[in-house]
Amino acid sequence: MTGGLDFNVIRDNLLYFFIGRYPHGPLGGVGLTFYLAVVSLVLSFIGGLILGLLSISHNRVVKWVSLTFINAVRGMPLLMVIFWMYFLWPGLMGRPMPESQTVILALTFFTSAYMSQIVRAGIEGIPKGQTEAAISTGLAPWQAMFYIVLPQGLRNMIPSFVNQFVSMIKDTSLAFIVGVDELTHIATQVNNRTLVFPTEIFLFIAVVYFILCYAFTELSRWMEKRLAWRKAI
Amino acid sequence: MIRFEGVHKWFGKLHVLNNVNLQVKQGEVVVVCGPSGSGKSTLIRTINELEPINEGRLIVDGMDLGGRGTDINKLRAEIGFVFQQFNLYPHLSVLKNITLAPIKIRRLDRKEAAQQAMALLERVGLAEKRDAYPSQLSGGQQQRVAIARALAMKPKIMLFDEPTSALDPEMIGEVLAVMKDLAESGMTMMVVTHEMGFAREVSHRIVFIDHGIILEEANPAEFFRNPKHERAQQFLRQVLSPMH
Ligand SMILES: Nc1ncnc2c1ncn2[C@@H]1O[C@H](COP(=O)(O)OP(=O)(O)O)[C@@H](O)[C@H]1O
Ligand SMILES: [Mg+2]
Repeated sequence: MTGGLDFNVIRDNLLYFFIGRYPHGPLGGVGLTFYLAVVSLVLSFIGGLILGLLSISHNRVVKWVSLTFINAVRGMPLLMVIFWMYFLWPGLMGRPMPESQTVILALTFFTSAYMSQIVRAGIEGIPKGQTEAAISTGLAPWQAMFYIVLPQGLRNMIPSFVNQFVSMIKDTSLAFIVGVDELTHIATQVNNRTLVFPTEIFLFIAVVYFILCYAFTELSRWMEKRLAWRKAI
Repeated sequence: MIRFEGVHKWFGKLHVLNNVNLQVKQGEVVVVCGPSGSGKSTLIRTINELEPINEGRLIVDGMDLGGRGTDINKLRAEIGFVFQQFNLYPHLSVLKNITLAPIKIRRLDRKEAAQQAMALLERVGLAEKRDAYPSQLSGGQQQRVAIARALAMKPKIMLFDEPTSALDPEMIGEVLAVMKDLAESGMTMMVVTHEMGFAREVSHRIVFIDHGIILEEANPAEFFRNPKHERAQQFLRQVLSPMH
């Protein structure tokens, strides 16, 4: 209280910060944050790819429906998407859903919409001659997309993907609003219990978020190098 | 092999192909020339439907383009196309550039496809480049790989759209040599080019096009000695002038 920071509160609750009540209860803390981020990341990648491909479809209806969806989601704050999922989805599906799944679904919807536009730009950035060359050898347009355009496009998309995913790791913190025990929620709990160490606690979780994001950025940089081929001309 | 009957094509208001009537028989080598913007690329690109036509009939290898029941992917597999800008796949090695379509479309197994690709690379003089990537090759080498890639599908027709126009002068010869060799092997070819030496020496017929209209069609000797149309005379003066 009287000047100086006291990080004992972190040490005393360290395990709680990292895994919540696990193994005696559900996984929480950093572990849950990580879980939410990774699962949403994988799902958003798939969702973004599918939505992106649909949004450049030659079928007008498919294109219009997907673009409407994308623009609707992009026009909403993430918090609202989470609320929508939280309050409306169980009614729609006729059964309740665990909060962490609600959040994963919301993050996936939200991030897929943004990712789809990265995918679209990445695909449109590949010269038309590539598709023309491929279909001229008899490949079907989908094969040209799959074997020629996407592999080149995806590599160009990596930096934008990484930005999007780093935002998403941070966005998992919004899950605390529906009571998911991820890192931010745990931090507010500990803070409410101890009352006197807010600076230490929130400094600590800021560092944890930073490390997570930084590690991810480094990982993707390494991936980008491994995927490198000798650039054309 | 290829038959245009009253073919028209518009880009918006621009009338790019105007009542084209043209036949190319099996084993024939036809050179298409004309000023820039006259519709040469569009003409040759309609043959594998990279550009669909708006009016008339176009019959290729017995199939009616735009006809119901014509499988365009299947038809394209029978037609090799060589681009001005090569358009090799930069993320694939030379070998994989060549084997992709035979593996996916002709269902060759990897080994067969690789053997066949090596034979083609020998033929274009680039066997030692099998594992190189396109960006490591010169323009002339890239274009020769592009020709090998097209030949790997064992096409019945080969189309060339200004295959040497993007090349440094010292590399033009190596590509033309491959094309000449191909012509002598009896391949049906349609070549858009300004290389009048190639036209004179290798082609059976020259087609001169301007503003989307075929103005003249003649055998090379006749075309060079005595071009009938004034625009063709003017064009020849330009491309044959030493200043060009
Ligand atoms: N995709 C396109 N959309 C609109 N106009 C085009 C397109 N492609 C070509 N053109 C126009 O059509 C005309 C003929 O083009 P092209 O066939 O490429 O001529 P060439 O190959 O003889 O130089 C040009 O005026 C060109 O600008
Ligand atoms: Mg052209």
